[in-house]
Amino acid sequence: MSNGVASLSTQPAFSDAAAAVSVDNLRKSFGSLEVLKGVSLSAKEGDVISILGASGSGKSTMLRCINMLEVPDSGEIRIGGETIGLRKSRKGMEPADQRQVDRIRSRVAMVFQSFNLWSHMTILENVIEAPVHVQKRPKAECIAEAEELLKKVGIVDKRNQYPSHLSGGQQQRAAIARALAMHPKVMLFDEPTSALDPELVGEVLRVMRSLAEEGRTMLVVTHEMGFARDVSNRVVFLHKGVVEEEGAPAEVFGAPKSERFKQFISSHR
Amino acid sequence: MDFAFMRDTFLTLMGGVPLTLNLAFMSVALGAILAMLLALMRMSRVKVLDWPAQAYVFVFRGTPLLVQIFLIYYGLGQFRPTLQEWGLWTFFREPYWCAVLALTLNTAAYASEIMRGGLQSVPHNQVEAARACGMSGFLLFRRIVFPIAVRQALPAYGSEIILMVKATSLASIITMMEVTGLAAKLISQTFRAVEVFIVAGLIYLILNFIITRIIMAIEWWLSPHLRRPPAIEPRLEAAHV
Repeated sequence: MSNGVASLSTQPAFSDAAAAVSVDNLRKSFGSLEVLKGVSLSAKEGDVISILGASGSGKSTMLRCINMLEVPDSGEIRIGGETIGLRKSRKGMEPADQRQVDRIRSRVAMVFQSFNLWSHMTILENVIEAPVHVQKRPKAECIAEAEELLKKVGIVDKRNQYPSHLSGGQQQRAAIARALAMHPKVMLFDEPTSALDPELVGEVLRVMRSLAEEGRTMLVVTHEMGFARDVSNRVVFLHKGVVEEEGAPAEVFGAPKSERFKQFISSHR
Repeated sequence: MDFAFMRDTFLTLMGGVPLTLNLAFMSVALGAILAMLLALMRMSRVKVLDWPAQAYVFVFRGTPLLVQIFLIYYGLGQFRPTLQEWGLWTFFREPYWCAVLALTLNTAAYASEIMRGGLQSVPHNQVEAARACGMSGFLLFRRIVFPIAVRQALPAYGSEIILMVKATSLASIITMMEVTGLAAKLISQTFRAVEVFIVAGLIYLILNFIITRIIMAIEWWLSPHLRRPPAIEPRLEAAHV
């Protein structure tokens, strides 16, 4: 694969069938602002990819395109070998088949910066909601599993409380449990620790590290250099909508090729 | 004051309570369905849906309920032959149905705005989380959007229900013998307006007191997330840190 070589926007497709997720030549503009200028990325099963970049570099947009929370203007997204169908509409591109999008989304879990737990449901109800109502699994089974997951992230005692009763770190761990409950093939993390008080960041990162050790496929947009360096097996640095630097953490942190990535690292120490 | 007379009046006027509640319940229930439709039309961002809904709200909120009742009961009576042809006369010749219709159309206009406010206040990030889990369409509406919107809209909707209970008194104008209708009849017989209206007012007060309590109970039941959390067993609290 293209490890170690800074892939440029013009590089040809490098998607391969075995990839859990592959994104090919993704472009996205908001109005006249071009946020993604042809980004390609591919994750094999078990990959933990940290996506770094300054704010406005397009990293969150790219992540949100993978589960169609943003619809790309062009490019291809494949999840487990299945290409997400897109078609032109009057307002730009749109998914060709909402059912396909829903099916893929139920296999690509997302953890958000601001947790986005459903405020009217208890923590347990939050966790079983999608398994019961989207995946149509038996409720009793989902509850048993949800309790296991909540135990795993360390908040099983909060299962009957509401999100507003929990600290940010606990809410984010609940959101991770909610994501895990769908048995996702891929997990997307959109700056999962950026909204947390510094002393709460550690508890969420610990959970994420344990997920990485289980061999889960994770794409993590983050500002946590420690996580990128120690936990992920690949680092992608986005700058102004293109991949500026990409490779194994030891390589890119040890000998960054791009001047901008050098600056970025030094400003994040 | 003649308390014996007031007691008798109270018993007489209580006979109108079932009809008052009937009118209020029917119009609030039917109005809620229409209001939901209107609110969704307004939020559809489709002009041909949004525009008629806006016009509807403008007209029914901008004209007095009394005028609407008159127009439906007396005004439509002018078109009796046409209504008979369409088979609608059996409906419009009944003052009860005219009152229900006018109250329904009126409350739908107000309630649709309350519901629109509730729907718009649903936090976008919670909707996004639901989409990211594979929810869309009616499932998303039923499980996430609607429950959150209801919690937002309930306080305002509660006062709309109370307004409707009071608005049923206007049905007395078109011969409905609900509480106010009976009161007016009693006054024309006894000429004791003050006592009768005090009792009538008291009855509305009692009805609305009960309704307020019910709405408060529903609000309480729907919003455990806004209350302080229950005390946590210290044993469990210590188990994780």
